[in-house]
Amino acid sequence: MIHVVKRKEMPLGKAMAVRIGIIVLALVVCGVITAIATGLNPIDVYATMIQGSFGSPRKAWILAQEVALLLCVSLALTPAFRMKFWNLGGEGQVLAGGLASAACMILLGDKMPNAALIAVMFLASVAAGALWAAIPAFFKAKFNTNETLFTLMMNYVATQLVAYFVIVWENPKGSGTIGIINQSSEAGWLPVVGGNKYVLIVILVALLTAGMFVYLNYSKQGYELSVVGESPSTARYVGIKVDRVIVRTLLISGAVCGFAGMLLVAGSAHTLSTTIAAGRGFTAVMVAWLAKFNPLIMVGSSALLEFMGHGAGEIATTYGLNQSFGDILTGIILFFIIGTEFFITYRIVFSRKTKQIGEEQGDV
Amino acid sequence: MHDKQPAISMRNISKSFGPIQANSNVSLDINRGEILALLGENGSGKTTLMNMLSGIYFPDSGTIEIEGKPVVIGSPKDAFSYGIGMIHQHFKLVNVFTATENIVLGLKDQGKYDLKESAKKIKQICDDYGFDVDPDQKIYDMSVSQKQTVEIVKLLYRGAEILILDEPTAVLTPQETDKLFAVLRNMRDDGKTIIIITHKLNEVKDISDRVVVLRKGEYVGEMVTAEASTQEMTNMMVGRQVSLNIDRPDPEMKYRMERIRVKNLTVKNREGVTKLDNVTFSAYTGEILGIAGISGSGQKELLEAIAGLQPVESGTIEYNVDDEQVEQLIGMDPLKIANMGVILSFVPEDRLGMGLVGSMDLTDNMMLRSFRRGNSPLADRKEPRHLAELVVEELEVSTPGVDTPVSKLSGGNVQKILVGREIAAAPTVLLSAYAVRGLDVNSSYLIYDLLNRQKGNGVAVIYVGEDLDVLLELCDRILVLCGGKVSGIVDGRTTTKNEVGLMMTKLGGGEDQ
Repeated sequence: MIHVVKRKEMPLGKAMAVRIGIIVLALVVCGVITAIATGLNPIDVYATMIQGSFGSPRKAWILAQEVALLLCVSLALTPAFRMKFWNLGGEGQVLAGGLASAACMILLGDKMPNAALIAVMFLASVAAGALWAAIPAFFKAKFNTNETLFTLMMNYVATQLVAYFVIVWENPKGSGTIGIINQSSEAGWLPVVGGNKYVLIVILVALLTAGMFVYLNYSKQGYELSVVGESPSTARYVGIKVDRVIVRTLLISGAVCGFAGMLLVAGSAHTLSTTIAAGRGFTAVMVAWLAKFNPLIMVGSSALLEFMGHGAGEIATTYGLNQSFGDILTGIILFFIIGTEFFITYRIVFSRKTKQIGEEQGDV
Repeated sequence: MHDKQPAISMRNISKSFGPIQANSNVSLDINRGEILALLGENGSGKTTLMNMLSGIYFPDSGTIEIEGKPVVIGSPKDAFSYGIGMIHQHFKLVNVFTATENIVLGLKDQGKYDLKESAKKIKQICDDYGFDVDPDQKIYDMSVSQKQTVEIVKLLYRGAEILILDEPTAVLTPQETDKLFAVLRNMRDDGKTIIIITHKLNEVKDISDRVVVLRKGEYVGEMVTAEASTQEMTNMMVGRQVSLNIDRPDPEMKYRMERIRVKNLTVKNREGVTKLDNVTFSAYTGEILGIAGISGSGQKELLEAIAGLQPVESGTIEYNVDDEQVEQLIGMDPLKIANMGVILSFVPEDRLGMGLVGSMDLTDNMMLRSFRRGNSPLADRKEPRHLAELVVEELEVSTPGVDTPVSKLSGGNVQKILVGREIAAAPTVLLSAYAVRGLDVNSSYLIYDLLNRQKGNGVAVIYVGEDLDVLLELCDRILVLCGGKVSGIVDGRTTTKNEVGLMMTKLGGGEDQ
């Protein structure tokens, strides 16, 4: 018979050692699978992955920017998740923010100074993202609708909306895309800081990370939303207005998503398409969970996922492998990481169906 | 006794849940045809031990022998094949089915599925032992005690020889308890073996032949019930000499005033069922007003209505600030009540689900009520931390530190944290629901003491309780609820357990005040 038995609490040091050991083990398994499936030398493959992410300063900066963008969306989802509001609408909220930014750039691009335009874009995208998240929040608070489905559906609405405006603003006609917005005037483009177009986004998201960490762990509102998440009846018992906290938290969650949308449109892509969020709204869910909703640890988990993604792309081109092979490796690593948590909390006991149970386990 | 083969003998049974050692090296014998009481404080491992006998848990080590033969009980089905059945505190019945349907549910009988035949067989069992069950009654129409009876009959129908009952009287009135004990005796006389898990001493005395005492997961001794006194049992259970008397200081009449006046209060729940029906009473400063009743008679709604957590259909709840100023509490939420300057503390029944946040540490739980203080957007954790340290020290909370999540603490310590926080607010009204449920003897007496101190400070204490013995010893007046109605208010010093018990089931009536 197999029994799952809860462990005595593992000391933090040992738990960390187990986690690191497991990642090493995962890399070994990935190596073996790589060797068997492709016949390539796994060490070379890993080297290529590192090459793909850090091979040149430009590659490293691109990775940093991608980590920052993914982290930004993850930070956005975190307050909702801490409140046990499963916001799967990151994708749609980012798109809403991006759409608002693009609208400002296209419609107001030549009508005001750049600083004012960026301020307007900021307000518009934050408001659009917040609205997109507040709608499901309102229905959750008032009618206890299922937020998982609702936020998910809102993604499709946002995608269709963006698809519509891509046709409206199509440039050049017939291309089916908007093209680079304000390519000549660069109106509404986020400024280049430190002589490098990637730096600004990284700095902004770093500040946001620190801000979110403080908000969640030290502010009164952060405390309130944790109480609501853990126990709505306790929240009511101490006079916290649960409805209001749900809507307020989702306004923040959506606003940060909207901000991420602006960073994407005005800061890196300078265009708008239905795929601009590129699944970040969903990957961010994983980032947040892996880090147990701690913004500082999320830096690490988003870096890991982006690194794996970039590395996968690199080995795909270098060795002519399918891009999916990288996804397989990512999957294996995530499987190990998530599995570890189970084994840190529980152990498995095997016992044969005999009468002498005690003696077998006597010295365990 | 030694010439008999024990029906079951458990040898060196150990079981742990993570860091918690629920049972260690417990050995005990259960004889055929006896009623064995398994006595111990909460958390002493009684239920865990019996769950291993009934196949819910599997021991980490140790052996179980039935009729001298070693067996492995890996599932409730295994247990049943040895004739062992257990009745849990929470019943496992399908509400929309009749008693018969529930009893035969899941049985793989040979031959045709014949409800009529089954009903006949059930009737036979009931007549044999003196059960009072209508086989065709639906479960949702039944009282708690009837549901319990169905559970027992279900086991007998399936041929159980050894029945384990986990705190069966917790949900019963004194009269229902007597009835249950009568059928248990009939069953014993018929040769069945009965194990009853309890921490109520007078019941042990009343029903059992032999009593085995567990403490902190270990076997500490056994006694023949007829030869032991309740004091001896308590001492063995707690591990030292304890006094079993609850203090009841006389209320200070000089400053006595009416603090809360509830008038014609009617409350309906979400489904529109009337939970409180025209309830009228007053709570005075410096007294403990007990509230008795079968569980679910409206106690929860009453306290929550006063605390501003329960929408009210009609009626008034007045709070007298002093002789002149009167505040209306209906339509207020807890925040508004607090902002009016009314310090109303509430120790709810569901400690971790309502009073505290289980996953948060002691400090964060201390600030639940006070975190809004100050204008800074950041929350101050210094003061709550001091308060947590103070409560830990004064109430002797056993915890690794104030950074430990409260869900990791034992029931008694959780309650100390909750009561400590609520009392620290220096309330004028203290509402408490089942304040000692699940607490060991020491912690219970500490809580009684704290309530009495609040009473001494002039607080109007409302104490919802389930143990009539305690209510009768602790409270100055006792309000008895029955089906959401007040069936009377009696003087705690002069009333009897029987009188209150009858009022709980509407059969009698005290003098209305």
